[in-house]
Amino acid sequence: MGKLLEVKDLRVSFHTYAGEVKAVRGVSFELNEGETLAIVGESGCGKSITSKSILRLIPSPPGDIKKESQILYKDKDILKMNEKELRMLRGGEISMIFQDPMTSLNPTMKIGKQIAENLIVHRGMNKKEAIKEAVKMLQMVGIPNAQERVNQYPHQFSGGMRQRVMIAIALACNPKILIADEPTTALDVTIQAQIMDLMKELQNNLGTAIILITHDLGVVASIAHRIQVMYAGMVVERGTTDEIFYNPKHPYTWALLKSVPRLETKHKDTLYSIKGTPPDLLKPPVGCPFASRCEYCMEICKEQMPKPTKISDTQEVSCFLLHPNAPKVEPPQGIGGKL
Amino acid sequence: MESLDKSKFRIIGIDESEAETIVRPNLTYWQDAWRRLKQNKVAIFSLFLLILLFLLCIFGPYIGPDYKFQDMSVRNQGPSAAHWFGTDTLGRDLFSRLWIGGRVSLSIGFVGTLIEVIIGCIYGGISGYFGGSVDDVMMRIVEILNSIPYMIVVIILSVILKPGIVSLLLALCITGWTGMARMVRGQVMQLKESEYILAAKALGSDSNRIIFKHLIPNTIGIIIVYTTFDIPSFIFAEAFLSFIGLGIQPPKTSWGALCSYGQQTMDFYPHQLLFPALAICITMLAFNLLGDGLRDALDPKLRQ
Amino acid sequence: MMNENLIEVKNLKKYFKISKHDILKAVDNVSFNIRKGETLGLVGESGCGKTTCGRTVLGLYEATDGEILFKGKDISKLRGNEKKEFTKNAQIIFQDPYASLDARMTVGDIIAEGIDIHNLHTGKERTEKIYELLSLVGLNKEHASRFPHEFSGGQRQRIGIARALAVEPEFIVCDEPISALDVSIQAQVVNLLINLQRNLGLTYLFIAHDLSMVKHISDRVGVMYLGNLVELASSGVLYDKPLHPYTQALLSAIPIPDPDVSRTRKRIMLEGEVPSPINPKPGCRFAPRCKYAKPICKEVDPVLKEVEKDHFVSCHLY
Repeated sequence: MGKLLEVKDLRVSFHTYAGEVKAVRGVSFELNEGETLAIVGESGCGKSITSKSILRLIPSPPGDIKKESQILYKDKDILKMNEKELRMLRGGEISMIFQDPMTSLNPTMKIGKQIAENLIVHRGMNKKEAIKEAVKMLQMVGIPNAQERVNQYPHQFSGGMRQRVMIAIALACNPKILIADEPTTALDVTIQAQIMDLMKELQNNLGTAIILITHDLGVVASIAHRIQVMYAGMVVERGTTDEIFYNPKHPYTWALLKSVPRLETKHKDTLYSIKGTPPDLLKPPVGCPFASRCEYCMEICKEQMPKPTKISDTQEVSCFLLHPNAPKVEPPQGIGGKL
Repeated sequence: MESLDKSKFRIIGIDESEAETIVRPNLTYWQDAWRRLKQNKVAIFSLFLLILLFLLCIFGPYIGPDYKFQDMSVRNQGPSAAHWFGTDTLGRDLFSRLWIGGRVSLSIGFVGTLIEVIIGCIYGGISGYFGGSVDDVMMRIVEILNSIPYMIVVIILSVILKPGIVSLLLALCITGWTGMARMVRGQVMQLKESEYILAAKALGSDSNRIIFKHLIPNTIGIIIVYTTFDIPSFIFAEAFLSFIGLGIQPPKTSWGALCSYGQQTMDFYPHQLLFPALAICITMLAFNLLGDGLRDALDPKLRQ
Repeated sequence: MMNENLIEVKNLKKYFKISKHDILKAVDNVSFNIRKGETLGLVGESGCGKTTCGRTVLGLYEATDGEILFKGKDISKLRGNEKKEFTKNAQIIFQDPYASLDARMTVGDIIAEGIDIHNLHTGKERTEKIYELLSLVGLNKEHASRFPHEFSGGQRQRIGIARALAVEPEFIVCDEPISALDVSIQAQVVNLLINLQRNLGLTYLFIAHDLSMVKHISDRVGVMYLGNLVELASSGVLYDKPLHPYTQALLSAIPIPDPDVSRTRKRIMLEGEVPSPINPKPGCRFAPRCKYAKPICKEVDPVLKEVEKDHFVSCHLY
């Protein structure tokens, strides 16, 4: 598996009247060919902004990607590409699907044409070929009667079907990377399961690498290879899916895992919940951003930012609890080990 | 890892009061709107220009000679130290006349818009709030009023009534409020479906409370924007009617009437047309630019 | 002790007329009761009529047919003071924490809305009450003068809860109160609701599409599909032994936060999507997607019947 995408020290700020909001504060990660990386975190943690930066979709102003940031796709810096290179990259090499399929589809254009458009631009097909290919794509994402449905408009599709169409559009040009920004949040549970299965199946068949962004750890358990937990614009823990679920080290990951209710939990027991709200990144704390909500917060946490500690080749955690001087803390009951 | 003071590694847990603090400044809707309006240089410049125009209309006529005073010895003079904007065919000081005319034009703009806002809000508000057949009937009436050619109404009214400010206002307002009514109706219909209105209903509030506590405060921003665009259109309509002789009659004057006189001597004394025309242009432009700025500043979607 | 019915819904129907020939049957012949002090969960996918059902129970929508009894009194027959008294007793919390708070009012005024309407407190007492409510939902005094847009989703939802609590209701319809929130914040709100129920003896109708949270908070759970109530049972029984094929499919779609389990689990996959509730065909609404469907399912509407004690299901299989 080769390295496909490498993000190095990504920093993104937004300039507002009240000052500079540091939405992403030094995020680095890489993505290998054919793997699924899940980025998990609460709203406002910078996960969407990170993914949008990869396609340079951050409006500027007010957005501002700092100079020291680098996003290397096949060793070429996306942040330094010109407009033409960017156009070829977007949709051709890397494509993206969003949370709300209705707003990302053009309501006045037939579905078939919306898929074909990409094919004509990126794969140089003529119109007839492109429409034929569009029908194939719709069949691939599991839309029945594809032959007739290419001639329909988005409003004639249900929410789940629209998301399938979005996936078809995104995969039309055989991209190397698919970025899925909360693709199932707006959908019902049964549809959610269908879409997740579809993405997994397509990845097996096409070998596309997927960056999956979500706030729900439960959703990614079956699909992700690696997980990266973000909080207040930083990565606090990363590891393989098994490491994150069975051997998590960061109190925030513990909290995320615990706050998912399980069908086995006792009725009306107090659920574990994270107190308070994430810090306002207008004035990010000097120390660990999670300190004010962390049960295991130490004095040092409020004064300094913890550095990443390697647990294994794949797992990395930024927390002072792993410092040799720190007291030994066991993860809360029900976390870690086989569930 | 570098060595760190061991004493700092003591678990202190969560300080509850800290976890929910808000660090951003506390701004009310109007403070926030003003802050955003201030960022818009063009809108602020327009606002400044408008204030200047108002002040001149209030105090301008007292600076020069009386606007009705005819001095035949100084007919049709160009701008000079004695008469800043020159004089007209009857030797009257154009500087004074311009601001007296401005008083009339601006008052028609403001009073007309005020009447329109009052009628339009009440009518549109009732129509939108009650909906159903009430709405159907009220909107049909609006459509009928809209289908009557506005010029005909104005001309008939000016002929029946004695031409003057009152008949002019009446003519302009009789159909003018329909646009405002439609806009308010649309807003109210949209807002009344929102969840906070539903929450208020669930709490048992009556129509009065919903209208005054929720609907009006939430539409006022848009009404203000609409008003800013409406004032210049009233001024323009007045100027147009006075220009074709249906509006203000001498010895009273307005910007439209001044233009009308100026146009008669345009070939020889272009300044007689230039100044009133310029006043109309600047006012219209300033109101429109300010309206644009206000629209951005008062848009709730742009609040962060 | 928990046998007294606070709410009884009998054959409730709520139709919306879309056009001359099209009738949207949002809620069609639904009956259930809610006992004092219990939580009844209502689950189903979007468009199944659960929100309409909740709003109709509160009298926010006028029922097309059927009866809604609150403490034995038909709410559609309440007038004047009685009606006002009912709004004081029955409250609602909304799904969207952004749309449900008036952006132009301070949080203090939003919370005090019910107090002002019913003239419960004035002056200093009113301020005290606002502070008390804020601390009840875990916010502090300083927040009273702030505006809703300054708060996060979870905080706004708690403001919505405080607003409903201000009139000291007995019954609250929670209309998807957690669906728009992050998973980590959902627990905060659910814990708050459970604690309030314990301390204040509240009765909830808890509407959601997230089955795991519903199981956690509810005593009994009703499953809705296209305007019909297809199954109703105590939450433990429903999750251990679901009878209706739709309930079974719904349960098997819940994501499990355990990679090994969720990788190997066999899901019951539903074919297709929920059909439109406009002019539904006769027979069981679920029949076109049901793998057990028999000819009778497409002809005769199944009725809700008690298969085991306190376990109701509406399906021709039983």
